Amino acid sequence: MSDVPPNEVTVTINGTEFEARPGEMLIAAADRAGVHIPRFCYHERMSSVGMCRMCLVDVDTGRGPMLQPSCMVPVAEGMVVDTQSEDTKRAQEGILEFLLVNHPLDCPVCDKGGECPLQDQTMAYGPGESRFVEEKRHYEKPIPVSDLVHLDRERCILCDRCTRFADEIAGDPLIQFTERGNSTQILTFPDEPFSSYFSGNTVQICPVGALTAAPYRFKARPWDLEQVESTCTTCAVGCRVGVESSRNQLVRYLGVDVESVNHGWLCDKGRFDYEAVNSGDRLVTPLIRDNHDENQLLGTDWGSALARAAEAIEQAGPQRVGIIGGSRLTNEDAYAWAKLARSIIGTDNVDAQLGDGLPADLVLGLPTATIADACEADTVLIVGPDLKEELPILHLRLRVAATKGQTRIVEIGSIATGTEPHAQRSIRCRSGEAAKTLVALLESDDPLADQLRDGSVVAVLGRASMAESATPALEVASVIRDRLPHATFLPALRRGNVRGALDMGLAPGILPGRTTIDDPSEPLMNLWQTLPEKAGLDTTAMLQAAAVGQLDTLILLGADPLRDFPDRNLAVEGFRHVKTVIAIDNFVTESVSHADVVMPSTAYGEQGGTTTNIEGRVSRLAQKITPPGSTRDDWMIAAELAWRLGGDLGIGSREEIWCEIEQVAPSHAGVTIERICGPDAHEGILIQGSSVKPTLPTPQEPPVVDGYGLRLVSGRKLWDAGTGISHSPSLRDLAEEPTLKVHPGDLQRLGVSSGTAVRVISTRTTETLLAVADDTILRGTAVLPFNQPGGGANRFIDATALVNDIRIETL
Amino acid sequence: MKFFSEENLELAEIIIKRYPKPRSAMIPLLHLAQEQDGWISDDAMVEIAELVGTTSAEVLGTCSFYEMFKRRRVGKYVINVCTTMSCALMGAEELLEHAERRLGVKAGGTTADGMFTIEGAECQAACTEAPCLQVNYRHRYRVTPDQFDSIVDELSSTDHDVPDHGVLSQVRQHIPEDRFVGTVAPENVTSAPAWMHDQGSDQ
Ligand code: SF4
Ligand code: SF4
Ligand code: FES
Ligand code: FES
Repeated sequence: MSDVPPNEVTVTINGTEFEARPGEMLIAAADRAGVHIPRFCYHERMSSVGMCRMCLVDVDTGRGPMLQPSCMVPVAEGMVVDTQSEDTKRAQEGILEFLLVNHPLDCPVCDKGGECPLQDQTMAYGPGESRFVEEKRHYEKPIPVSDLVHLDRERCILCDRCTRFADEIAGDPLIQFTERGNSTQILTFPDEPFSSYFSGNTVQICPVGALTAAPYRFKARPWDLEQVESTCTTCAVGCRVGVESSRNQLVRYLGVDVESVNHGWLCDKGRFDYEAVNSGDRLVTPLIRDNHDENQLLGTDWGSALARAAEAIEQAGPQRVGIIGGSRLTNEDAYAWAKLARSIIGTDNVDAQLGDGLPADLVLGLPTATIADACEADTVLIVGPDLKEELPILHLRLRVAATKGQTRIVEIGSIATGTEPHAQRSIRCRSGEAAKTLVALLESDDPLADQLRDGSVVAVLGRASMAESATPALEVASVIRDRLPHATFLPALRRGNVRGALDMGLAPGILPGRTTIDDPSEPLMNLWQTLPEKAGLDTTAMLQAAAVGQLDTLILLGADPLRDFPDRNLAVEGFRHVKTVIAIDNFVTESVSHADVVMPSTAYGEQGGTTTNIEGRVSRLAQKITPPGSTRDDWMIAAELAWRLGGDLGIGSREEIWCEIEQVAPSHAGVTIERICGPDAHEGILIQGSSVKPTLPTPQEPPVVDGYGLRLVSGRKLWDAGTGISHSPSLRDLAEEPTLKVHPGDLQRLGVSSGTAVRVISTRTTETLLAVADDTILRGTAVLPFNQPGGGANRFIDATALVNDIRIETL
Repeated sequence: MKFFSEENLELAEIIIKRYPKPRSAMIPLLHLAQEQDGWISDDAMVEIAELVGTTSAEVLGTCSFYEMFKRRRVGKYVINVCTTMSCALMGAEELLEHAERRLGVKAGGTTADGMFTIEGAECQAACTEAPCLQVNYRHRYRVTPDQFDSIVDELSSTDHDVPDHGVLSQVRQHIPEDRFVGTVAPENVTSAPAWMHDQGSDQ
């Protein structure tokens, strides 16, 4: 926010006066005045460089008209601009003739053809003919600069957009201008690919077909594509996307610029995982366990699958049914399931999180911050997962804000994160000791303590490691509430619509609209009529109950506890003892393969509705393609089950569900279906207010690691063995095999040399892993990524322990 | 795998400290690398990137912009024959052809013994002394084919003072501690530099 009053500078653009903002570039002012100036290099989210000269216009500041690049000239009082003068036109023709000197004009075989700024502007402003008859530059066409991006140097017009993005926005300056003069070309360093998590954005902003995305190359032509605006649900940032399809297949996502969330950027996971939706491995018919062969799942019809499911639910009785998952669902689906569970099945054993998040009362009860708040706060205090791996665009927004000096980032954690290079301070502490470390910092005479106390603070809070319980994060929340009462919170929860699922009541003790089961809203009681008497079990407790035979039927809503729950052993035990597992999913995951009844649901792009991001911002999802096979929306499955259980959810469409949500959920009151469908939804509608009170513990001393042990830290990687990635052919090979990273000093102490296999012993299992020395790891700590192909850390973790320690031995 | 020799690594650290931002030392370090090997290898760029805290791609981008940073192994002596107008009129083409014949390599090439690289070059700002050439960027004026042969003979002997390719000077600048004014990042500059102060005012 600038201090200068806006609209101060009067400029005349093509004869019309316009109030421009001081400091604003002329091209931006013209955009706002509705006058389009052609451009290639200028991009409103990046710094101006004046590379292409396409934006030359006649500018008169009292000394007579002169051609000036409007992307480099700030507006000035009295400036008279002519974007259509003879000189301007001649300049535009000249620049285009120059730009086309070396351009191959292979539009018929170019992916960009049809939506190419160079093509379009040549048509609109070009000279029509070229005087150039000589040989053009030739380069090998195209070369991969990463697994996802290909570069055709002949087409490149050297606008510096991709390189500027890589450097300024992504912070991965791995592509560069090399050589000079006529040989200038974009390149990576030999054998060091442009392996940025954000590389796909360069393809979107390249004004020519020089950069193309491997997953999209030659898949469609722009004029065959239809686009709808939607929201990414791959993680909980909720970036705005344009979803494009051709012949009922998703073929491309483009970032849509919204001020509040993604500024037009997407991460590569969100951008390319549409491949999973198109995957031939999708579940398209219901399956049912074969009565004769335990190991077989047989295709069946919906009627039989629903009947079998209803029977299992009825036989178990309300207390012995549990529902795990729901973060993949839309808000409407989540609401339908929350209502089914409470008012028809009669159970409160529901949890959208898989023992890897934060308690719902904390998420819903703490004072909230938006992404924009974080980017403008004096300090952003991050205590949680590596945001670059788990919430990539949140990381990007914070990185850009920090490098521009708009905020300062302080992180407390046990591992080196993607945040570290641009953090004001990264404080390392042992896993489980973040609260203690924060207290020590605040009690010290470190100037940082004053900065936190006296300035605005947004705390980005989450689970730093799957190998520690939620308690350390809760303790941090409690220290912050206690000592930095002015701080607001942004929960670092990762799953797509986890926030929406919690808002809709998919958590034990929580009802739609951020209320609790002891204090339901009146309209809700009128509609739902009955509620379970007391709060139910969370995922960990459900699996524990299942393991000792206290739960008979487990319903999985797009959840894969065997892979995703931190403690595989407990999940396996739960699955072994439960009588019936009912799975609703898009794919046969490991957990689904153990189910007795499997129901296929629609996936992203096949369903409308709304989703809610970590900020609590509701935005719309759009249906773009028709779902395959006999898949159904999750809310329909809930409605069908209700009917078979002798009840009626009373809902007939997503719109009807939203209207009901607006009525019964106090926090959502006033967010009418008209607003949801109106222009507000572009930026998303922020839901504020909550009547949930968080319960915060007092910090405890975590157990000491014994002399031989190493404290296990396990976080997720962007490229992992998750369901979406494993079913996206372009992405699945990007995930690395897991290695156990240990400080070289510890390895030496244990007599292990780096790169050798070791025996890893935890309370849960003993297995062999590759140990690698890494001097960024804290002494006494071992780091293992949570879910990589070839084995997850969940085998080693005891979810009931505060922290997990392991030992390693030579084989 | 380390690129810089221990001695040069020490020097590199000193050079880096002269700048408010390590990245500013990139070009001086490229010179240092070229001085060590006579040319700049990929390993050199990787190590420089590490030393100044950036990516190898950025070092490559900078390095490849400058023609005088050689990214291919060159001879101990790089001979640039000027082929621009004045020299061309005065027989530069013949000179270059002679040079190619004498050394047995085409322009741009390096002799098998690694002694000489021959290149055609643009104007060397010695047009009144055409045709001219440079040996490791040291001028030789009005060079005839015969003189070229004696230059090669001279360089092949030990009796000359042309340092190996890459060596910038034979006297290294050393800034003593007490003359080192320290570094201030551009964004932290609050007053004019010391040398701009009035003579009379205290410094
Ligand atoms: S590759 Fe595209 S974005 Fe990058 S400089 Fe070339 S034209 Fe611009
Ligand atoms: S950051 Fe999250 S919401 Fe945004 S594009 Fe990536 S996965 Fe999608
Ligand atoms: S848009 Fe202004 S110079 Fe490129
Ligand atoms: S033309 Fe040869 S030095 Fe100028």
